[in-house]
Amino acid sequence: MNIVNEMKLQFCAKSLNEGFARGAISAFLMHLDPTVSELAEIKTALSEAVTNAIIHGYKGEDGTVYIEARVTDKNKVILKIRDKGAGIENVEDAMEPLFTTGGSEQAGLGFTVMQSFMDKVSVRSQQGKGTVVTMEKSLVKRRKNEKP
Amino acid sequence: MDLIFTGCDNVLKIHNEKETMTAFLSGELDHHSCAVMRKAIDLKTEQERPQVLVLDFSGVQFMDSSGIGLVMGRYRQMSLLGGKLSVVNVPSHLEKIMRLSGLGTLGVMK
Repeated sequence: MNIVNEMKLQFCAKSLNEGFARGAISAFLMHLDPTVSELAEIKTALSEAVTNAIIHGYKGEDGTVYIEARVTDKNKVILKIRDKGAGIENVEDAMEPLFTTGGSEQAGLGFTVMQSFMDKVSVRSQQGKGTVVTMEKSLVKRRKNEKP
Repeated sequence: MDLIFTGCDNVLKIHNEKETMTAFLSGELDHHSCAVMRKAIDLKTEQERPQVLVLDFSGVQFMDSSGIGLVMGRYRQMSLLGGKLSVVNVPSHLEKIMRLSGLGTLGVMK
């Protein structure tokens, strides 16, 4: 597996940067000519991970969210979203649909959405140290001149 | 019609007629914009006490699970106030996330 393109991004853990993160990943992946639904799914999964970092990792306090995006020669997109926040007590519980520690306005569907929209999702977390979410999605290679 | 700006390209319009209040959501529904929309909708709902709250999704370009939280929270609030919630005009690009949410089982999707 060869990496053909890569970017790293870091920004303040503020909710207004959620839109910025989605915009940045769209711009980065544009050269792959993804379909509308491929791009929408990647943006949605990324938005979930970034939101988790901000509200559960840093719990609204100051912090930095780190994103790494890689593209392989097989048209696979690999995203890594990292925070140095609180960490997750029990990753298995956190990945259960409808599980939330965030109160009644949180749907508890963040990881469910990530798993449904991406091919592979893995989570590494250590309490007091932070969380890394890694997600992969292979984009369909289009023939030249094929319309999205 | 009340116009509330909730972010750079997010506009919330609230229209109240008789017993029905309609909130026209537009732009990108994420954790950031949903917090502002939620406050605006709840404030208006408390003031007007409608029988039915309609959330119109026709102008929504993007939504993550925060949008699901927004719907579930308003469903709870309307139940507490003795009213009903209805979700209308969900664009086709949001169908997958709506389906995942299980909101269909609440009977609010029109």
